[in-house]
Amino acid sequence: MTNARDTGAPTVLEARGIRKSFGGLEVLKGVDLSLSRGEVVGLIGPSGSGKSTLIRCLNMMEKPTGGSVIFRGHAIGKSFRDRDGTTGIGTLRRHVGMVFQHFNLFPHKTVLQNVTEGPIVVCRTPRAEAEERAMALLAEVGLAEKCDAYPSHLSGGQKQRVAIARALAMQPEVLLLDEVTSALDPELVGEVLNVIRRLADGGMTMAIVTHEMAFAADVADRILFLDEGRIVVEGKPSETIRNPANERLAAFVARFNH
Amino acid sequence: MYRWDFDVLWQYWDLFLYGLWLTVVYTFGSILFGVVIGLVVCAARLSGWMILSLIARTYQEIFRCTPLLVQLLWFYYAFPLLVGISIDNRVAAMLTLSLYVGAFYAEIFRGGILSIEKGQREAAAAIGMSSWQAMTRIVMPQAFKRMLPSFINQSVIQFKNTSLVSVISVADLAYMAAVVNGQTYRPLESYTVMAALYIAVLFPLTQIADWIERRLRVSD
Repeated sequence: MTNARDTGAPTVLEARGIRKSFGGLEVLKGVDLSLSRGEVVGLIGPSGSGKSTLIRCLNMMEKPTGGSVIFRGHAIGKSFRDRDGTTGIGTLRRHVGMVFQHFNLFPHKTVLQNVTEGPIVVCRTPRAEAEERAMALLAEVGLAEKCDAYPSHLSGGQKQRVAIARALAMQPEVLLLDEVTSALDPELVGEVLNVIRRLADGGMTMAIVTHEMAFAADVADRILFLDEGRIVVEGKPSETIRNPANERLAAFVARFNH
Repeated sequence: MYRWDFDVLWQYWDLFLYGLWLTVVYTFGSILFGVVIGLVVCAARLSGWMILSLIARTYQEIFRCTPLLVQLLWFYYAFPLLVGISIDNRVAAMLTLSLYVGAFYAEIFRGGILSIEKGQREAAAAIGMSSWQAMTRIVMPQAFKRMLPSFINQSVIQFKNTSLVSVISVADLAYMAAVVNGQTYRPLESYTVMAALYIAVLFPLTQIADWIERRLRVSD
């Protein structure tokens, strides 16, 4: 797998000196992260290390207490709207999709409606066009025949694939995946990982928080190991997960190899 | 053995009908105003503004913790002394009924909205929706379904509660039944007809409500 960074691809999304506190607890203590176009970054680390908070700061789902998020060269401001489509949180989220651990599908809408909701409501895409694209995306994740089903009738793996299709329907430049297989039964993890792997192969820019070490090593161009709110190790999978030099990373990775 | 005689009541059918009409008007009128009040109060409580929330909360507690009968008497007899203008009994009745049910509706709306998981709002935000879009397209439709049974229940109670306006001489169904009884000295017949009319309106309504609830359950 090529490292997008080495090829000189432009930076799409960047976090500079991100700090985040919840009450008196500082979860992120100044983190820098940049995503180049087409790059896949894997965020690993023990629970409580701040990796989910970091990825949630990247689309302002959590407002950082310090530092800035920069998208296409513009620092994202505090307000939802903007005049020119550069600095608003709404603009950021329109172009940076997110998939959650617990799917968060809209239970009152069918699978198809879940996928078309964003394009129709946010992008004002004509319904017919949105539906056509949604069906294509559902076919890609192998769920075209479930388009009229309600989420409650789907398995966890199917729900998560619909959630990925819903995020893709916005035609995002970056996709943020927050522990997307952690809530799944073990036998359903594979089908979701396969979808993500195909996205990576197709050149989608992604930040992935995961506990699937083998998957992260396989799919990511770069691995960031977080511990206690800081990035402790950064490097290619071959230098990190496969051959950890750092003691804490080695201990962390070793726990997944049993 | 009591000899039932409904025949003497026939000549008063127009009084019953007018009373029933007023009962229906006060019920639906106060439900309509109550929904508006409930939405505003609910929004105030969820606004995150301390002062606004406190005012809304105070209103709710006052109206939920005093009997409707006491509120009716207060608004008709006491309130005019306070503000120095006399209030028509029909206005006092509609005002009190609306404020009363609005306090309960606000709590039903608030409970419904708060019962929707945070993840729903986040998922809406993640596809670029504004908080208004997330609220109206994602949270409200789900909350509506959850609050519907309590809402209908409260509205059925409201229909029955309107009978209390008769104490401030509003000529609703209960008031008219008392009038007919005064004319005929037939309490058993007068009040039985009154009860039957309440049932005749409410029973079909509760059946329709059940049907709507079942229809809304398709996505579960």
